[in-house]
Amino acid sequence: MINSRFFNRSELLGFLALAVLLFLILPLSLDIFRLNLVAKYLTYAFVGIGLVLCWGYGGILSLGQGVFFGLGGYCMAMYLKLEASSVANTKIQSTPGIPDFMDWNQLTSVPLFWKPFHSFPITVLAILLVPAFFALIIGAAMFKRRVGGVYFAIITQAIAAILTILIVGQQGYTGGINGITDLRTLHGWDIRTDHAKFILYFVEVVLLFGCIVAAQFIRLTKLGRILVAMREQEDRVRFAGYSVANFKIFAFCAAAVFAAIGGAMFTLEVGFMSPSFVGIVPSIEMVIYTAVGGRMSIFGAVWGALLVNFAKTSLSESFPQLWLFGLGALFIAVVLAFPNGLSGIWADHVQPRIDRLLALRKSKSAAGMIADGAPAE
Amino acid sequence: MLVGHQPKEFLLAVSGLTVSFDGFKAVNDLSFYVEENEIRVIIGPNGAGKTTVLDLICGKTRATSGSIQFRGQELTKLRENEIVQAGVGRKFQTPSVFEDLTVFENLEISFPRGRTVFGSLTFQRDDTVKQRVEEVAEMIFLKDRLNTYADQLSHGQKQWLEIGMLLIQDPDLLMLDEPVAGMSVSERAKTAELLNRIIKDRSVLVIEHDMKFVEDIAHKVTVLHQGQILSEGTMEHVKNDPKVIEVYLGH
Repeated sequence: MINSRFFNRSELLGFLALAVLLFLILPLSLDIFRLNLVAKYLTYAFVGIGLVLCWGYGGILSLGQGVFFGLGGYCMAMYLKLEASSVANTKIQSTPGIPDFMDWNQLTSVPLFWKPFHSFPITVLAILLVPAFFALIIGAAMFKRRVGGVYFAIITQAIAAILTILIVGQQGYTGGINGITDLRTLHGWDIRTDHAKFILYFVEVVLLFGCIVAAQFIRLTKLGRILVAMREQEDRVRFAGYSVANFKIFAFCAAAVFAAIGGAMFTLEVGFMSPSFVGIVPSIEMVIYTAVGGRMSIFGAVWGALLVNFAKTSLSESFPQLWLFGLGALFIAVVLAFPNGLSGIWADHVQPRIDRLLALRKSKSAAGMIADGAPAE
Repeated sequence: MLVGHQPKEFLLAVSGLTVSFDGFKAVNDLSFYVEENEIRVIIGPNGAGKTTVLDLICGKTRATSGSIQFRGQELTKLRENEIVQAGVGRKFQTPSVFEDLTVFENLEISFPRGRTVFGSLTFQRDDTVKQRVEEVAEMIFLKDRLNTYADQLSHGQKQWLEIGMLLIQDPDLLMLDEPVAGMSVSERAKTAELLNRIIKDRSVLVIEHDMKFVEDIAHKVTVLHQGQILSEGTMEHVKNDPKVIEVYLGH
């Protein structure tokens, strides 16, 4: 029947091409500075994969994925910051042993909600569970009341704005506008060295492929098909006996967890976390990466994150003022002309040509074989 | 009637049902009862509230007051999906199928298993599912179209697919809103045949304008007018009711 295999032929090719690029070509050809930039771009690919499930398949456009990216990133940053704030490292502070920004804000002890982040296992759990829980609450509040479409998008955007304001406002607890900086070691292992960055890159790529496989798994279950069904005919799904709200909540939570993994890796790769990765603008950029790559394609989302960020770095180095206009124009162009993004262009124009070429070669070689075989008879 | 005779258990008991939209009562103090294995047709002029009655029963619209009892269970308090799980299936007027999914997948989604989030993640397409899907596909004349995406189907085929999606749910009460509307003559005949086959062993509530079709299948007919029952009984009785003639022909 349909999709009896985990990856069909073109998906398998896409998987292999991406694996070769990320595991071999990029690490072998780029210096560590550029490789670290790629690692930073790839953190957005995690968000993109979540958006493919939630937006592409489920039709739920969230303009607040920065919230979950940020929650994951902050959880990781809190752990790293506590480890970096040992008494020995902070002996010049008026209260040694607490993060520097807390000391500057006249705090004398680590607040209660920071305490669990002394433990690495709890931090890892928190990176996954805090965003999922947060998404669950937002999702339950919205979807059970049948808030959807553009209203949901606007509300998620408002949440992104609120969280940014909250982080900036609560300087003593969050590090404020500067974020959480000066992160040094992970469980005693210095993350600032070139060697560590190299290792972290591979850790991230492995996690990324883990997420790709997880998303592909979800897509191929009946749940994946229900998401598609829901996007088109919400009522019909309801009258087939499903609670539409629960399925939307699941998709939104899954997208939140993917985004949070990306955020946590971002903190590790870049060495700090700040509210500028949480708010409205980064959240919308994440949607644009996904739209450019193709919101119906898991691999497309990864390519979109890589290419748009690459373009962002190179263009904003040369034309800093023009970049945002360029990004806006790109989004409009994609929505108007290529609603399925790069992966759509690939599937509609490139793939058929490759198939035709392969078929041609096959028939040619088959003809050649007959010709070779003929004289022997 | 015998004194002390126990009231018969109705499958569906609608009593005092009212819904008002900004003061306009689309359905006004409506009461009717459907028995097990009964085929009931609701007819009435445009705007009589026929579709609204189905919307109320299946939970799409919330009643302002009144009650809908299905096997003794109060439906007005349940969510749509819970009403489906209680055994009420609904076909909409315009065909609503999942166009980006294949015929097989459309039917599979309607198969009553794995309806929770976790259940649908662990759902296996085993032989029971495949057999049932193929069985239903054969009934709805789409056996050789199982791998066709639903957006490639004709209007009539989409209607059949939606009927098939209901069928695979195996509901005790089947509600059909104009099942033969917009169909060609040959499709219409095939649909009548299909409906005659699937209405066995269950109760059916049908809205239909095609009088010949109504005459063919109805056990009992309810005529609605301005949200209220104008007449109820056999087709013969209803046809000769002066009030019905007045409403249909008088204006």
